[in-house]
Amino acid sequence: MAGTVPMHAPKRTSSTASSATNESRVVKWVLIAAAGLVMLWLIALPLIVVLTEALKRGWDVYWAALSDPDAASALRLTLLVAAITVPLNTIFGVTAAWAVTKFRFRGKGFLITLIDLPFAVSPVIGGLIFVLVFGSSGWFGSWLSDNDIKIVFALPGIILATLFVTFPFVARELIPLMEDQGTQEEEAAITLGAKGWQIFFRVTLPNIKWGLLYGIILCNARAMGEFGAVSVVSGRIRGETNTLPLHVEILYNEYQFSASFAVASLLLLLALVTMIIKSWLMRKNAH
Amino acid sequence: MNVISTAAARRKVLPGFGITMGYSVLYLSLIVLLPLSALLINSTGLSWAKFWDIATDPRVLASYRVSIGTAAAAALANAFFGLLMAWVLVRYEFPGKRIFDALIDLPFALPTAVAGVSLTALYSQNGWIGSLFEPYGFKIAFTPLGITLALMFIGIPFVVRTVQPVLEDLDRDMEEAAATLGAKRGRTFLRIILPEVFPALLTGFALAFARGIGEYGSVVFISGNMPMRTEIAPLLIMSKLEQFDYAGATAVALLLLLISFLMLLVINLLQRWARKTSR
Repeated sequence: MAGTVPMHAPKRTSSTASSATNESRVVKWVLIAAAGLVMLWLIALPLIVVLTEALKRGWDVYWAALSDPDAASALRLTLLVAAITVPLNTIFGVTAAWAVTKFRFRGKGFLITLIDLPFAVSPVIGGLIFVLVFGSSGWFGSWLSDNDIKIVFALPGIILATLFVTFPFVARELIPLMEDQGTQEEEAAITLGAKGWQIFFRVTLPNIKWGLLYGIILCNARAMGEFGAVSVVSGRIRGETNTLPLHVEILYNEYQFSASFAVASLLLLLALVTMIIKSWLMRKNAH
Repeated sequence: MNVISTAAARRKVLPGFGITMGYSVLYLSLIVLLPLSALLINSTGLSWAKFWDIATDPRVLASYRVSIGTAAAAALANAFFGLLMAWVLVRYEFPGKRIFDALIDLPFALPTAVAGVSLTALYSQNGWIGSLFEPYGFKIAFTPLGITLALMFIGIPFVVRTVQPVLEDLDRDMEEAAATLGAKRGRTFLRIILPEVFPALLTGFALAFARGIGEYGSVVFISGNMPMRTEIAPLLIMSKLEQFDYAGATAVALLLLLISFLMLLVINLLQRWARKTSR
Protein backbone atom coordinates (compact mmCIF):
# COMPACT_ATOMS: atom_id res chain seq x y z
CA MET A 1 0.00 0.00 0.00
CA ALA A 2 1.57 3.25 0.95
CA GLY A 3 5.27 2.73 0.57
CA THR A 4 5.97 6.12 1.97
CA VAL A 5 4.54 8.73 4.20
CA PRO A 6 4.43 12.25 2.77
CA MET A 7 7.43 14.31 3.79
CA HIS A 8 5.55 17.48 4.53
CA ALA A 9 3.47 15.90 7.26
CA PRO A 10 2.09 18.42 9.75
CA LYS A 11 4.89 20.13 11.58
CA ARG A 12 5.62 19.37 15.16
CA THR A 13 3.83 21.64 17.58
CA SER A 14 5.93 22.42 20.61
CA SER A 15 4.22 20.88 23.57
CA THR A 16 3.18 23.35 26.19
CA ALA A 17 1.88 20.81 28.58
CA SER A 18 1.26 21.32 32.24
CA SER A 19 2.00 18.65 34.80
CA ALA A 20 -1.68 17.68 34.76
CA THR A 21 -1.35 16.36 31.23
CA ASN A 22 1.91 14.53 31.76
CA GLU A 23 2.53 11.06 33.07
CA SER A 24 4.58 10.50 36.19
CA ARG A 25 8.33 10.12 35.62
CA VAL A 26 8.14 6.40 36.32
CA VAL A 27 5.44 5.78 33.74
CA LYS A 28 7.32 7.94 31.25
CA TRP A 29 10.59 6.06 31.55
CA VAL A 30 8.88 2.66 31.60
CA LEU A 31 7.20 3.56 28.32
CA ILE A 32 10.47 4.82 26.82
CA ALA A 33 12.28 1.66 27.89
CA ALA A 34 9.51 -0.52 26.46
CA ALA A 35 9.60 1.33 23.14
CA GLY A 36 13.38 1.06 23.10
CA LEU A 37 13.20 -2.69 23.64
CA VAL A 38 10.67 -3.10 20.85
CA MET A 39 12.92 -1.05 18.58
CA LEU A 40 15.94 -3.17 19.49
CA TRP A 41 14.07 -6.43 19.03
CA LEU A 42 12.05 -5.65 15.90
CA ILE A 43 14.34 -3.38 13.88
CA ALA A 44 17.87 -3.02 15.29
CA LEU A 45 18.63 -6.72 15.78
CA PRO A 46 17.90 -7.72 12.16
CA LEU A 47 20.19 -4.88 11.07
CA ILE A 48 23.03 -6.02 13.35
CA VAL A 49 22.60 -9.65 12.30
CA VAL A 50 23.32 -8.75 8.66
CA LEU A 51 26.67 -7.23 9.63
CA THR A 52 27.77 -9.94 12.08
CA GLU A 53 26.78 -12.77 9.73
CA ALA A 54 28.57 -11.06 6.84
CA LEU A 55 31.80 -10.78 8.80
CA LYS A 56 31.51 -14.10 10.65
CA ARG A 57 34.29 -15.72 8.63
CA GLY A 58 36.45 -12.65 8.44
CA TRP A 59 37.18 -9.94 5.92
CA ASP A 60 38.74 -12.31 3.37
CA VAL A 61 35.52 -14.23 2.83
CA TYR A 62 33.64 -10.93 2.83
CA TRP A 63 35.78 -9.40 0.09
CA ALA A 64 35.81 -12.64 -1.88
CA ALA A 65 32.01 -12.65 -1.92
CA LEU A 66 31.84 -9.04 -3.09
CA SER A 67 34.54 -9.34 -5.72
CA ASP A 68 33.10 -12.54 -7.17
CA PRO A 69 32.32 -11.99 -10.89
CA ASP A 70 28.69 -13.05 -10.40
CA ALA A 71 28.27 -10.52 -7.60
CA ALA A 72 29.89 -7.83 -9.74
CA SER A 73 27.58 -8.54 -12.66
CA ALA A 74 24.57 -8.58 -10.31
CA LEU A 75 25.64 -5.16 -9.03
CA ARG A 76 26.03 -3.86 -12.59
CA LEU A 77 22.56 -5.13 -13.53
CA THR A 78 20.99 -3.60 -10.42
CA LEU A 79 22.58 -0.22 -11.16
CA LEU A 80 21.53 -0.42 -14.81
CA VAL A 81 17.92 -1.24 -13.94
CA ALA A 82 17.76 1.65 -11.46
CA ALA A 83 19.39 4.01 -13.98
CA ILE A 84 16.63 3.24 -16.48
CA THR A 85 13.57 2.93 -14.25
CA VAL A 86 14.11 5.83 -11.84
CA PRO A 87 14.33 8.55 -14.54
CA LEU A 88 11.29 7.15 -16.36
CA ASN A 89 9.16 7.13 -13.22
CA THR A 90 10.49 10.56 -12.26
CA ILE A 91 9.37 12.04 -15.57
CA PHE A 92 6.00 10.40 -15.11
CA GLY A 93 5.75 11.62 -11.51
CA VAL A 94 6.41 15.25 -12.45
CA THR A 95 4.06 15.18 -15.46
CA ALA A 96 1.27 13.48 -13.55
CA ALA A 97 1.64 15.85 -10.59
CA TRP A 98 1.48 18.85 -12.94
CA ALA A 99 -1.68 17.56 -14.64
CA VAL A 100 -3.35 16.62 -11.36
CA THR A 101 -2.51 19.67 -9.25
CA LYS A 102 -2.45 22.61 -11.65
CA PHE A 103 -5.82 21.95 -13.25
CA ARG A 104 -9.30 20.95 -12.19
CA PHE A 105 -11.09 18.10 -13.86
CA ARG A 106 -13.56 15.34 -13.14
CA GLY A 107 -12.28 12.05 -11.81
CA LYS A 108 -9.13 13.49 -10.24
CA GLY A 109 -9.49 11.36 -7.10
CA PHE A 110 -9.95 8.26 -9.23
CA LEU A 111 -6.81 9.03 -11.24
CA ILE A 112 -4.79 9.41 -8.00
CA THR A 113 -6.13 6.06 -6.79
CA LEU A 114 -5.04 4.44 -10.06
CA ILE A 115 -1.55 5.93 -9.70
CA ASP A 116 -1.32 4.43 -6.20
CA LEU A 117 -2.53 1.04 -7.39
CA PRO A 118 0.87 -0.72 -7.66
CA PHE A 119 1.43 -0.19 -3.92
CA ALA A 120 -1.73 -2.19 -3.24
CA VAL A 121 -0.74 -5.13 -5.43
CA SER A 122 1.50 -7.96 -4.27
CA PRO A 123 4.94 -7.72 -5.93
CA VAL A 124 4.55 -11.30 -7.13
CA ILE A 125 1.47 -10.21 -9.10
CA GLY A 126 3.55 -7.27 -10.40
CA GLY A 127 5.82 -9.83 -12.02
CA LEU A 128 3.13 -12.34 -13.00
CA ILE A 129 1.23 -9.86 -15.19
CA PHE A 130 4.27 -9.34 -17.42
CA VAL A 131 4.75 -13.10 -17.73
CA LEU A 132 1.10 -13.37 -18.81
CA VAL A 133 1.60 -10.70 -21.49
CA PHE A 134 5.12 -11.42 -22.74
CA GLY A 135 5.86 -14.97 -21.55
CA SER A 136 6.26 -17.88 -23.98
CA SER A 137 2.58 -18.81 -23.63
CA GLY A 138 1.47 -15.22 -23.07
CA TRP A 139 -0.37 -12.88 -25.44
CA PHE A 140 2.64 -11.84 -27.49
CA GLY A 141 4.64 -14.99 -26.71
CA SER A 142 4.68 -16.61 -30.13
CA TRP A 143 5.14 -13.31 -31.97
CA LEU A 144 8.08 -12.43 -29.72
CA SER A 145 9.76 -15.80 -30.17
CA ASP A 146 9.20 -15.65 -33.95
CA ASN A 147 11.02 -12.33 -34.00
CA ASP A 148 13.64 -13.51 -31.53
CA ILE A 149 12.84 -10.85 -28.93
CA LYS A 150 13.23 -11.79 -25.29
CA ILE A 151 11.34 -9.81 -22.67
CA VAL A 152 10.58 -12.24 -19.87
CA PHE A 153 13.70 -13.86 -18.34
CA ALA A 154 15.70 -10.96 -19.79
CA LEU A 155 16.51 -7.32 -19.07
CA PRO A 156 13.28 -5.79 -20.50
CA GLY A 157 11.13 -7.94 -18.19
CA ILE A 158 13.15 -6.93 -15.14
CA ILE A 159 12.80 -3.28 -16.15
CA LEU A 160 9.03 -3.57 -16.69
CA ALA A 161 8.47 -5.31 -13.35
CA THR A 162 10.62 -2.71 -11.57
CA LEU A 163 8.77 0.14 -13.32
CA PHE A 164 5.51 -1.35 -12.06
CA VAL A 165 6.46 -1.67 -8.39
CA THR A 166 8.20 1.73 -8.20
CA PHE A 167 5.55 3.48 -10.29
CA PRO A 168 3.83 5.66 -7.63
CA PHE A 169 6.84 6.85 -5.57
CA VAL A 170 7.62 10.23 -7.20
CA ALA A 171 4.03 11.09 -8.12
CA ARG A 172 2.59 10.40 -4.67
CA GLU A 173 5.30 12.54 -3.09
CA LEU A 174 4.73 15.50 -5.43
CA ILE A 175 0.93 15.52 -5.65
CA PRO A 176 0.15 16.57 -2.04
CA LEU A 177 3.12 18.96 -2.05
CA MET A 178 2.07 20.76 -5.24
CA GLU A 179 -1.58 20.68 -4.17
CA ASP A 180 -0.61 22.69 -1.07
CA GLN A 181 1.39 25.19 -3.08
CA GLY A 182 -1.49 26.01 -5.40
CA THR A 183 -1.11 27.81 -8.70
CA GLN A 184 -0.70 31.44 -7.71
CA GLU A 185 3.03 31.71 -8.30
CA GLU A 186 2.75 30.07 -11.71
CA GLU A 187 -0.14 32.34 -12.64
CA ALA A 188 1.88 35.37 -11.59
CA ALA A 189 4.73 34.16 -13.79
CA ILE A 190 2.32 33.87 -16.73
CA THR A 191 1.12 37.44 -16.36
CA LEU A 192 4.76 38.52 -16.32
CA GLY A 193 5.13 36.82 -19.68
CA ALA A 194 6.84 33.54 -18.80
CA LYS A 195 6.47 30.54 -21.13
CA GLY A 196 5.64 26.93 -20.16
CA TRP A 197 9.12 25.52 -19.56
CA GLN A 198 10.31 28.77 -18.00
CA ILE A 199 7.49 28.57 -15.46
CA PHE A 200 8.37 25.01 -14.62
CA PHE A 201 12.11 25.49 -14.24
CA ARG A 202 12.09 28.94 -12.64
CA VAL A 203 8.98 28.78 -10.45
CA THR A 204 7.70 25.24 -9.86
CA LEU A 205 10.94 23.28 -9.70
CA PRO A 206 12.60 25.43 -7.00
CA ASN A 207 9.45 24.99 -4.91
CA ILE A 208 9.31 21.23 -5.21
CA LYS A 209 12.99 20.28 -5.51
CA TRP A 210 13.36 18.73 -2.04
CA GLY A 211 10.12 16.80 -2.28
CA LEU A 212 11.15 15.63 -5.73
CA LEU A 213 14.54 14.50 -4.47
CA TYR A 214 12.84 12.67 -1.62
CA GLY A 215 10.60 10.81 -4.03
CA ILE A 216 13.54 9.94 -6.28
CA ILE A 217 15.57 8.58 -3.33
CA LEU A 218 12.73 6.32 -2.20
CA CYS A 219 12.04 5.21 -5.77
CA ASN A 220 15.71 4.36 -6.23
CA ALA A 221 15.90 2.35 -3.00
CA ARG A 222 12.93 0.26 -4.05
CA ALA A 223 14.19 -0.12 -7.63
CA MET A 224 17.54 -1.46 -6.42
CA GLY A 225 16.02 -3.64 -3.71
CA GLU A 226 12.95 -5.11 -5.41
CA PHE A 227 12.82 -8.85 -4.99
CA GLY A 228 9.38 -10.42 -5.49
CA ALA A 229 8.39 -8.92 -8.84
CA VAL A 230 11.88 -9.24 -10.31
CA SER A 231 12.20 -12.79 -9.10
CA VAL A 232 9.12 -13.79 -11.16
CA VAL A 233 10.39 -12.33 -14.44
CA SER A 234 14.13 -12.79 -14.08
CA GLY A 235 14.72 -16.50 -14.57
CA ARG A 236 17.78 -16.09 -12.32
CA ILE A 237 20.42 -16.67 -14.96
CA ARG A 238 23.74 -16.09 -13.23
CA GLY A 239 25.81 -13.32 -14.66
CA GLU A 240 22.91 -12.32 -16.91
CA THR A 241 19.55 -11.70 -15.25
CA ASN A 242 20.62 -11.83 -11.63
CA THR A 243 20.13 -8.67 -9.60
CA LEU A 244 21.72 -8.09 -6.18
CA PRO A 245 18.64 -9.13 -4.14
CA LEU A 246 18.31 -12.29 -6.26
CA HIS A 247 22.01 -12.98 -5.75
CA VAL A 248 21.43 -12.86 -1.98
CA GLU A 249 18.76 -15.53 -2.41
CA ILE A 250 20.85 -17.78 -4.65
CA LEU A 251 23.84 -17.74 -2.30
CA TYR A 252 21.57 -18.33 0.68
CA ASN A 253 19.91 -21.34 -0.95
CA GLU A 254 23.38 -22.73 -1.70
CA TYR A 255 24.18 -22.48 2.01
CA GLN A 256 26.89 -19.90 1.32
CA PHE A 257 25.58 -17.87 4.23
CA SER A 258 28.57 -15.59 4.76
CA ALA A 259 28.70 -14.68 1.07
CA SER A 260 24.93 -14.17 1.01
CA PHE A 261 25.09 -11.80 3.98
CA ALA A 262 28.08 -10.00 2.48
CA VAL A 263 26.01 -9.13 -0.59
CA ALA A 264 23.08 -8.34 1.72
CA SER A 265 25.29 -5.87 3.60
CA LEU A 266 25.74 -3.92 0.35
CA LEU A 267 21.96 -3.57 0.12
CA LEU A 268 21.82 -2.65 3.81
CA LEU A 269 24.30 0.13 3.06
CA LEU A 270 21.96 1.34 0.31
CA ALA A 271 19.10 1.39 2.83
CA LEU A 272 21.15 3.28 5.42
CA VAL A 273 22.30 5.89 2.91
CA THR A 274 18.70 6.30 1.76
CA MET A 275 17.57 6.84 5.35
CA ILE A 276 20.31 9.36 6.08
CA ILE A 277 19.47 11.42 2.99
CA LYS A 278 15.81 11.09 3.88
CA SER A 279 16.12 12.41 7.42
CA TRP A 280 18.41 15.18 6.14
CA LEU A 281 15.70 16.19 3.65
CA MET A 282 13.02 16.01 6.37
CA ARG A 283 14.99 18.36 8.59
CA LYS A 284 15.65 20.71 5.70
CA ASN A 285 11.96 20.73 4.93
CA ALA A 286 10.99 21.38 8.55
CA HIS A 287 12.88 24.67 8.57
CA MET B 1 -20.05 31.16 -9.27
CA ASN B 2 -16.63 32.09 -8.06
CA VAL B 3 -15.50 28.45 -8.20
CA ILE B 4 -16.66 28.10 -11.78
CA SER B 5 -14.91 31.22 -12.97
CA THR B 6 -11.58 30.31 -11.32
CA ALA B 7 -11.85 26.79 -12.69
CA ALA B 8 -12.33 28.17 -16.17
CA ALA B 9 -9.53 30.66 -15.65
CA ARG B 10 -7.15 27.99 -14.38
CA ARG B 11 -7.73 25.81 -17.37
CA LYS B 12 -6.86 28.70 -19.61
CA VAL B 13 -4.02 30.29 -17.66
CA LEU B 14 -1.45 27.54 -17.09
CA PRO B 15 -0.10 25.68 -20.08
CA GLY B 16 0.46 21.98 -20.60
CA PHE B 17 -2.77 20.33 -19.50
CA GLY B 18 -3.24 18.36 -22.70
CA ILE B 19 0.29 17.04 -22.98
CA THR B 20 0.90 16.22 -19.30
CA MET B 21 -2.50 14.59 -18.93
CA GLY B 22 -2.10 12.67 -22.16
CA TYR B 23 1.36 11.41 -21.27
CA SER B 24 0.34 10.48 -17.71
CA VAL B 25 -2.64 8.45 -18.84
CA LEU B 26 -0.66 6.78 -21.62
CA TYR B 27 2.21 5.80 -19.30
CA LEU B 28 -0.19 4.68 -16.57
CA SER B 29 -2.01 2.49 -19.09
CA LEU B 30 1.15 0.94 -20.50
CA ILE B 31 2.91 0.16 -17.22
CA VAL B 32 0.02 -0.51 -14.86
CA LEU B 33 -3.47 -0.78 -16.32
CA LEU B 34 -2.94 -2.92 -19.42
CA PRO B 35 -0.67 -5.47 -17.70
CA LEU B 36 -3.08 -5.70 -14.74
CA SER B 37 -6.01 -6.16 -17.10
CA ALA B 38 -4.08 -9.08 -18.61
CA LEU B 39 -4.67 -10.88 -15.33
CA LEU B 40 -8.41 -10.21 -15.49
CA ILE B 41 -8.70 -11.11 -19.17
CA ASN B 42 -6.63 -14.26 -18.79
CA SER B 43 -8.88 -15.41 -16.01
CA THR B 44 -11.95 -15.14 -18.25
CA GLY B 45 -10.33 -17.93 -20.25
CA LEU B 46 -10.96 -20.15 -17.25
CA SER B 47 -14.37 -21.68 -16.96
CA TRP B 48 -16.17 -20.97 -13.72
CA ALA B 49 -15.96 -24.64 -12.73
CA LYS B 50 -12.20 -24.72 -13.32
CA PHE B 51 -11.72 -21.49 -11.37
CA TRP B 52 -13.79 -22.85 -8.49
CA ASP B 53 -11.76 -26.08 -8.57
CA ILE B 54 -8.48 -24.20 -8.22
CA ALA B 55 -9.78 -21.69 -5.71
CA THR B 56 -11.18 -24.33 -3.36
CA ASP B 57 -8.24 -26.70 -3.61
CA PRO B 58 -7.21 -27.46 -0.01
CA ARG B 59 -3.63 -26.29 -0.61
CA VAL B 60 -4.85 -22.97 -2.04
CA LEU B 61 -7.31 -22.45 0.79
CA ALA B 62 -4.59 -23.25 3.32
CA SER B 63 -2.28 -20.67 1.73
CA TYR B 64 -4.96 -18.00 2.08
CA ARG B 65 -5.53 -19.01 5.68
CA VAL B 66 -1.81 -18.66 6.41
CA SER B 67 -1.50 -15.33 4.56
CA ILE B 68 -4.56 -13.71 6.11
CA GLY B 69 -4.01 -15.14 9.59
CA THR B 70 -0.36 -14.12 9.91
CA ALA B 71 -0.97 -10.70 8.32
CA ALA B 72 -3.82 -10.01 10.75
CA ALA B 73 -1.83 -11.19 13.78
CA ALA B 74 1.19 -9.08 12.75
CA ALA B 75 -0.94 -5.99 12.09
CA LEU B 76 -2.65 -6.37 15.46
CA ALA B 77 0.67 -6.66 17.29
CA ASN B 78 1.95 -3.68 15.30
CA ALA B 79 -1.07 -1.60 16.31
CA PHE B 80 0.03 -1.98 19.96
CA PHE B 81 3.77 -1.57 19.43
CA GLY B 82 3.31 1.16 16.84
CA LEU B 83 1.09 3.22 19.13
CA LEU B 84 3.66 2.85 21.92
CA MET B 85 6.50 3.98 19.66
CA ALA B 86 4.56 6.89 18.19
CA TRP B 87 3.51 8.00 21.68
CA VAL B 88 7.05 7.94 23.01
CA LEU B 89 8.33 9.80 19.94
CA VAL B 90 5.73 12.57 20.14
CA ARG B 91 5.42 13.09 23.88
CA TYR B 92 8.87 12.51 25.39
CA GLU B 93 12.44 13.68 25.05
CA PHE B 94 15.10 11.02 25.51
CA PRO B 95 18.68 10.37 24.44
CA GLY B 96 18.98 8.88 20.97
CA LYS B 97 15.52 10.05 19.93
CA ARG B 98 16.65 11.15 16.48
CA ILE B 99 18.20 7.78 15.68
CA PHE B 100 15.10 6.08 17.08
CA ASP B 101 12.95 8.17 14.77
CA ALA B 102 15.13 7.47 11.73
CA LEU B 103 15.38 3.72 12.37
CA ILE B 104 11.59 3.33 12.24
CA ASP B 105 11.84 3.79 8.46
CA LEU B 106 14.43 1.02 8.03
CA PRO B 107 11.81 -1.58 7.00
CA PHE B 108 10.66 0.80 4.22
CA ALA B 109 14.18 1.22 2.89
CA LEU B 110 15.65 -2.26 3.43
CA PRO B 111 15.23 -4.65 0.48
CA THR B 112 12.84 -7.40 1.54
CA ALA B 113 15.25 -10.21 0.66
CA VAL B 114 17.79 -8.78 3.13
CA ALA B 115 15.13 -8.64 5.83
CA GLY B 116 14.20 -12.22 4.96
CA VAL B 117 17.65 -13.78 5.34
CA SER B 118 18.43 -11.68 8.40
CA LEU B 119 15.24 -12.56 10.27
CA THR B 120 15.72 -16.23 9.43
CA ALA B 121 19.23 -16.13 10.88
CA LEU B 122 17.90 -14.38 13.98
CA TYR B 123 15.03 -16.78 14.69
CA SER B 124 16.42 -20.11 13.46
CA GLN B 125 17.44 -22.64 16.11
CA ASN B 126 21.04 -21.40 16.29
CA GLY B 127 20.13 -17.75 15.92
CA TRP B 128 20.37 -15.19 18.73
CA ILE B 129 16.66 -15.30 19.55
CA GLY B 130 15.81 -18.75 18.18
CA SER B 131 18.45 -20.43 20.37
CA LEU B 132 16.84 -18.95 23.50
CA PHE B 133 13.63 -20.87 22.81
CA GLU B 134 15.15 -23.99 21.25
CA PRO B 135 15.88 -25.77 24.60
CA TYR B 136 12.16 -25.68 25.40
CA GLY B 137 11.36 -27.31 22.06
CA PHE B 138 9.81 -24.06 20.84
CA LYS B 139 10.48 -23.26 17.20
CA ILE B 140 10.02 -19.81 15.67
CA ALA B 141 11.55 -19.96 12.20
CA PHE B 142 9.66 -22.19 9.73
CA THR B 143 6.39 -21.80 11.65
CA PRO B 144 3.47 -19.36 11.24
CA LEU B 145 4.96 -17.44 14.20
CA GLY B 146 8.10 -16.80 12.15
CA ILE B 147 6.00 -15.48 9.26
CA THR B 148 4.14 -13.22 11.69
CA LEU B 149 7.41 -11.81 13.04
CA ALA B 150 8.65 -11.08 9.51
CA LEU B 151 5.39 -9.27 8.73
CA MET B 152 5.71 -7.30 11.98
CA PHE B 153 9.11 -6.05 10.81
CA ILE B 154 7.64 -5.04 7.43
CA GLY B 155 4.50 -3.45 8.88
CA ILE B 156 5.65 -1.47 11.93
CA PRO B 157 6.48 1.81 10.10
CA PHE B 158 2.99 1.97 8.59
CA VAL B 159 1.39 2.20 12.05
CA VAL B 160 3.96 4.56 13.58
CA ARG B 161 3.94 6.96 10.63
CA THR B 162 0.14 7.04 10.44
CA VAL B 163 -0.44 7.58 14.15
CA GLN B 164 2.48 9.99 14.77
CA PRO B 165 1.08 13.09 12.95
CA VAL B 166 -2.32 12.66 14.58
CA LEU B 167 -0.76 12.50 18.04
CA GLU B 168 1.29 15.59 17.22
CA ASP B 169 -1.81 17.57 16.26
CA LEU B 170 -3.80 16.45 19.28
CA ASP B 171 -5.30 19.32 21.20
CA ARG B 172 -3.94 19.30 24.72
CA ASP B 173 -6.80 21.42 26.08
CA MET B 174 -9.11 18.42 26.26
CA GLU B 175 -6.59 16.48 28.31
CA GLU B 176 -6.16 19.43 30.62
CA ALA B 177 -9.93 19.78 31.01
CA ALA B 178 -10.22 16.09 31.85
CA ALA B 179 -7.45 16.45 34.43
CA THR B 180 -9.09 19.49 36.03
CA LEU B 181 -12.33 17.56 36.25
CA GLY B 182 -10.46 14.98 38.28
CA ALA B 183 -9.82 12.26 35.68
CA LYS B 184 -6.78 10.11 36.29
CA ARG B 185 -4.16 9.99 33.55
CA GLY B 186 -5.05 6.45 32.51
CA ARG B 187 -8.70 7.33 32.23
CA THR B 188 -7.86 10.42 30.17
CA PHE B 189 -5.85 8.24 27.83
CA LEU B 190 -8.66 5.72 27.36
CA ARG B 191 -11.53 8.21 27.12
CA ILE B 192 -9.94 11.25 25.44
CA ILE B 193 -6.74 10.33 23.61
CA LEU B 194 -7.49 6.84 22.31
CA PRO B 195 -10.79 7.79 20.62
CA GLU B 196 -8.97 10.65 18.86
CA VAL B 197 -6.16 8.48 17.46
CA PHE B 198 -8.34 5.42 16.85
CA PRO B 199 -9.17 6.16 13.18
CA ALA B 200 -5.47 6.67 12.44
CA LEU B 201 -4.58 3.53 14.38
CA LEU B 202 -7.13 1.54 12.40
CA THR B 203 -5.77 2.99 9.14
CA GLY B 204 -2.26 1.97 10.15
CA PHE B 205 -3.53 -1.50 11.00
CA ALA B 206 -5.21 -1.78 7.59
CA LEU B 207 -2.10 -0.56 5.74
CA ALA B 208 0.11 -3.06 7.59
CA PHE B 209 -2.41 -5.84 7.00
CA ALA B 210 -2.70 -5.08 3.28
CA ARG B 211 1.06 -5.01 2.89
CA GLY B 212 1.37 -8.26 4.84
CA ILE B 213 -1.03 -10.18 2.62
CA GLY B 214 0.98 -9.49 -0.51
CA GLU B 215 4.44 -9.63 1.07
CA TYR B 216 6.87 -12.10 -0.45
CA GLY B 217 10.57 -11.36 0.00
CA SER B 218 10.82 -11.11 3.76
CA VAL B 219 8.64 -14.20 4.26
CA VAL B 220 9.94 -16.86 1.84
CA PHE B 221 13.12 -17.48 3.79
CA ILE B 222 11.65 -17.70 7.29
CA SER B 223 8.46 -19.56 6.35
CA GLY B 224 10.03 -22.84 5.25
CA ASN B 225 7.32 -23.03 2.58
CA MET B 226 5.63 -26.22 3.74
CA PRO B 227 2.37 -26.71 1.78
CA MET B 228 -0.71 -26.57 4.02
CA ARG B 229 1.30 -25.25 6.98
CA THR B 230 3.56 -22.31 6.14
CA GLU B 231 2.98 -21.69 2.44
CA ILE B 232 1.76 -18.14 1.79
CA ALA B 233 -0.46 -17.22 -1.18
CA PRO B 234 2.17 -15.15 -3.10
CA LEU B 235 4.58 -18.11 -2.86
CA LEU B 236 1.92 -20.49 -4.16
CA ILE B 237 1.55 -18.23 -7.24
CA MET B 238 5.30 -18.47 -7.69
CA SER B 239 5.43 -22.26 -7.45
CA LYS B 240 2.49 -22.67 -9.82
CA LEU B 241 4.32 -20.44 -12.31
CA GLU B 242 7.47 -22.50 -11.98
CA GLN B 243 5.44 -25.59 -12.89
CA PHE B 244 4.03 -23.65 -15.89
CA ASP B 245 0.56 -23.91 -14.34
CA TYR B 246 -0.51 -20.49 -15.67
CA ALA B 247 -4.21 -21.12 -15.07
CA GLY B 248 -3.57 -21.99 -11.44
CA ALA B 249 -1.28 -19.00 -10.90
CA THR B 250 -3.83 -16.68 -12.51
CA ALA B 251 -6.69 -17.96 -10.36
CA VAL B 252 -4.77 -17.63 -7.08
CA ALA B 253 -3.47 -14.19 -8.12
CA LEU B 254 -6.94 -12.99 -9.04
CA LEU B 255 -8.28 -13.79 -5.57
CA LEU B 256 -5.28 -12.08 -4.00
CA LEU B 257 -5.86 -9.04 -6.22
CA LEU B 258 -9.52 -8.88 -5.19
CA ILE B 259 -8.52 -8.90 -1.52
CA SER B 260 -6.01 -6.09 -2.23
CA PHE B 261 -8.64 -3.97 -3.99
CA LEU B 262 -11.04 -4.54 -1.12
CA MET B 263 -8.35 -3.41 1.33
CA LEU B 264 -7.66 -0.34 -0.84
CA LEU B 265 -11.34 0.58 -0.62
CA VAL B 266 -11.41 0.03 3.15
CA ILE B 267 -8.26 2.13 3.61
CA ASN B 268 -9.67 4.98 1.53
CA LEU B 269 -12.84 4.98 3.63
CA LEU B 270 -10.80 4.84 6.85
CA GLN B 271 -8.63 7.74 5.76
CA ARG B 272 -11.71 9.80 4.94
CA TRP B 273 -13.10 8.99 8.39
CA ALA B 274 -9.79 9.85 10.05
CA ARG B 275 -9.68 13.21 8.28
CA LYS B 276 -13.25 13.96 9.33
CA THR B 277 -12.70 13.18 13.00
CA SER B 278 -9.42 15.09 13.18
CA ARG B 279 -11.20 18.28 12.15
